[in-house]
Amino acid sequence: MSRLLRRFGIGWPLTRFATWADVIVLVAIGVVVYIGVELAGGAPAAISGPRISLAPSALPLYAALSTGRMAAAYALSLAFTLVYGYIAARNPRAERVMLPLLDVLQSVPILSFLPVVLLGLSAIMPEGIAIGLASIVLIFTSQVWNLTFAWYQSLTTIPNELREANSIFRFNAWFRLKTLELPFGAISLIWNSMMSWAGGWFFVMAAEIFTVGDRDFRLAGLGSYLQTAASKGDVYAITLGILTLVLVVVALDQLVWRPLLAWAERFKLEMVTGEMEPTSWFYDVLRSSLIVKWFSERVLRPLGERIDAWSLQHLAPDSGTSDKANRSWIGFTASAVLAVGLVYGVYRATGMLATVRPADWAEIGLGLGATLLRVSIALAIALAWTIPLGVALGTNPKLASWLQPVVQITASIPATAFFPVLLLIVIGLPGGLNIAAVLLMLMGTQWYLLFNVIAGASAVPQDLKYTALLLGLNRWQRWRTLILPALFPYVITGSITAGGGAWNASIVAEYAKFGGKTLYTTGIGSTIARATAEGAFPLLLASTMSMIVTVVLINRLFWRRLYRLAADRYRME
Amino acid sequence: MANQALVKLRGVTQKYDTGRKEFIAVRDVNLTVKEGEFVCLLGPSGCGKSTLLRIITGLQKPSEGKVLYRDQPVVGVNPRSTIVFQTFALFPWLTVQQNVEVALKARGVGPGERTQKALGLIDMVGLDGFETAYPRELSGGMRQKVGFARAMAVEPELLCLDEPFSALDVLSAESLRGELLELWVNGSIPTKAILMVTHNIEEAVFMSDRIVVMDKDPGRVIADVIVNLPHPRQHKSPRFAHIVDQVYATLAGQTQPEHVEMGTAPGEPGRTRALPDIQIDDLTGVIERLHEMPGRTADIFRLAEELRADSDYLLRHTEAAELLGFATLAQGDITLTPLGETFAEASILARKEIFATRIRRLPLFQWLLRMLDAADRHRLEYDVALAALELEFPPEEARRQLDTAIEWGRYAEILGYDDSTETIFRETGAAVPAAT
Repeated sequence: MSRLLRRFGIGWPLTRFATWADVIVLVAIGVVVYIGVELAGGAPAAISGPRISLAPSALPLYAALSTGRMAAAYALSLAFTLVYGYIAARNPRAERVMLPLLDVLQSVPILSFLPVVLLGLSAIMPEGIAIGLASIVLIFTSQVWNLTFAWYQSLTTIPNELREANSIFRFNAWFRLKTLELPFGAISLIWNSMMSWAGGWFFVMAAEIFTVGDRDFRLAGLGSYLQTAASKGDVYAITLGILTLVLVVVALDQLVWRPLLAWAERFKLEMVTGEMEPTSWFYDVLRSSLIVKWFSERVLRPLGERIDAWSLQHLAPDSGTSDKANRSWIGFTASAVLAVGLVYGVYRATGMLATVRPADWAEIGLGLGATLLRVSIALAIALAWTIPLGVALGTNPKLASWLQPVVQITASIPATAFFPVLLLIVIGLPGGLNIAAVLLMLMGTQWYLLFNVIAGASAVPQDLKYTALLLGLNRWQRWRTLILPALFPYVITGSITAGGGAWNASIVAEYAKFGGKTLYTTGIGSTIARATAEGAFPLLLASTMSMIVTVVLINRLFWRRLYRLAADRYRME
Repeated sequence: MANQALVKLRGVTQKYDTGRKEFIAVRDVNLTVKEGEFVCLLGPSGCGKSTLLRIITGLQKPSEGKVLYRDQPVVGVNPRSTIVFQTFALFPWLTVQQNVEVALKARGVGPGERTQKALGLIDMVGLDGFETAYPRELSGGMRQKVGFARAMAVEPELLCLDEPFSALDVLSAESLRGELLELWVNGSIPTKAILMVTHNIEEAVFMSDRIVVMDKDPGRVIADVIVNLPHPRQHKSPRFAHIVDQVYATLAGQTQPEHVEMGTAPGEPGRTRALPDIQIDDLTGVIERLHEMPGRTADIFRLAEELRADSDYLLRHTEAAELLGFATLAQGDITLTPLGETFAEASILARKEIFATRIRRLPLFQWLLRMLDAADRHRLEYDVALAALELEFPPEEARRQLDTAIEWGRYAEILGYDDSTETIFRETGAAVPAAT
């Protein structure tokens, strides 16, 4: 588990609070959102969703559709990652903008883009294509950033001597990618892919069931199946839908991710044989399969040789000296054009923001406060139960051995899938949607925390535990002097991810269409959804940007400080 | 024997521009390596010997000067040279055989020939039977053998070795040295010349025909020592010991007049003397050992043997002892001064006092104390002091200097450091701060 954490660690290489690049990045995001909002004005006033069949026989197709969407978005993410990370790692000038952009984008609540992307795309292309594409684009935005960051980090942490060996043996770009860069990044890419898929499921559920006002952006898939079932109160269909989802998630884990992890064990850099190596029954089956053997020897290997031969003829060997970014006039002109565009965009966007009424600004402020409160409550509840349980699991291998698989499967079910069910249960209670919203946030975020706490607890050195016993510390003293400080960095890392997830969830949690009724509660998520429903585009721009800026500020002002403190003071080595 | 020159360096200088000031890693180096020579580049850490190796192989382009290979300027990586790295630089995900083969593959050697050649090389370095092993399954010495086999695969004319034995344990290093020498002396490898970087004096004398001695601040060549002993060489032979002594004497230098010795304070014209990278406990250990020696004096080479210390490490400590006035150096001998003797005999507290008075004389400390006195509440942020030092030293070195200064100051109880606020402050115990 501690290994898992290492791969998931959030990379914050920048130590300063903000640079000019951050400001430009935020402004640029603002302009992009503005363009989306501007496009959204042309979106059809009413969009009808497809009919969702609740027949069990429809489930395989729906599951395939949802998985297909995920796979398409993931392929896109991977391609983007390889290119973006490569450029950022090799071109110092590009890096100065690309890195802060990545940093901001990975902390921005992506769901806040959902309405803008849906409306914007449905204005410029046929509805069917637009909604399909919008869902893929959104899943992409939920999957891509951590992958890109992981790739960038692995490219920049390749040991210098391996790089030099690469140059001295005259590898060309293809050989470098194949023998050095991809293997070096493989394990981190696989772990982050798993995380991306988990995040993607959360999203595909939300993106398929988004309906506001008369616009029904529904796509046939597991998410819309669940929502329809819940809306009709069909418990049988709900159960079937959730079972199918669990089946898909578990199957992917067993047939794709575990084998990949077992296979990737060879790429680990540590020069010692590890204690616990990931294993996979399916990987063992594949390895002993004759067809696979035939395929790798007759197809893959000759193909590899062909590519190698081609690359030797067409690519120059590594020159050794690193690429120097040259200040060409093309680059200069491009940046100038971009800058002018940005300034014009800012001018137009400010114009639109100026039309937002003071009352609406007040609503945004109030909404931000309300959502912040909900996020904090969800986080507090999550901390309250995950720390005791996590410490118990992390320090008691026996307990962990039978509870861990259960926890892992539960954690892999996207919380958004449960949301309709949740609504069904709590809707009758006073403050029903409020409770449901907090619960959804909680369900989406508690697992990050739990896994982090388990990792932290199992990383406490045995020597220190013995020392605490020998010193005769009582339970409270032991927690105060040993366990809580040791957990601190892990809890912070977990809280950052969890907090981000909670903000994200607010957009689907605070505004829902259920059983023919529209439910909403005060919150920034509900403001964004309402603005979408009413076609109040200036308000949509204002609320989306407010949410983004708020989350980025909280990250920079609050979490990053704690993160640095954790990294400096409470690290166990 | 009129051997042709393979490598010629003419006026090679390497500077690093850190924005505010440029730092010279290597200054005006002239060097020729001829066919048939085994040359060692020897010097303390930070003298730029590894930089020079990278310049010679074309991995790095020097800021000034010419690099010629067979009288042709080197552009990009020189295909006829290769490097064996200190940390082996093997690809952990490739087997022994794949690691050797990939070097051939990148040069377009076909599959059949590739495998045959790789197997031959693995056999030559004595690793047959380990072809399908992964590097992590091998010991350090065996990994480095793979490194050698891979380097040999490309049949380099010029074989560069970057401290190839320093990451190995003593026994593996010893046997690997012998094996390499055997291949080289018998001419069983097509290599025309070997250039090895090391900071181990005995290793250099044991293996090479010529030792190019370098010094730091700035990195430069200070001597060229010919080693004309027949192979196999005997560590215990008097001629061997004589050459080792001679190199030690060159490297350890002489005790200089005080104003030369101390350098100037940061910010003033002239060079600021860098504090050597040492552990105070180790320094007291060296001084105590010297104190037990007859005449309070020792040959540095013998002292290194006795303490089982690596030459680079010992030289850093003798430099510190000299800088603090505890010892003097002359002709490769180190002698304790009366002050050094007092230090060796003193109690822990008395040692701290002596240490404090000695470091107060160092311009770097005088400067730091002045900054502290001028600062608000005599507290100074770490980053502020660091920024000031970065005008004098390269960033990494500046950080090391400041850390060393803080550690020495803490030991002497004249400085304190608060980690939570990252500030340096004056210790107000024995020494009274300038209250104004």
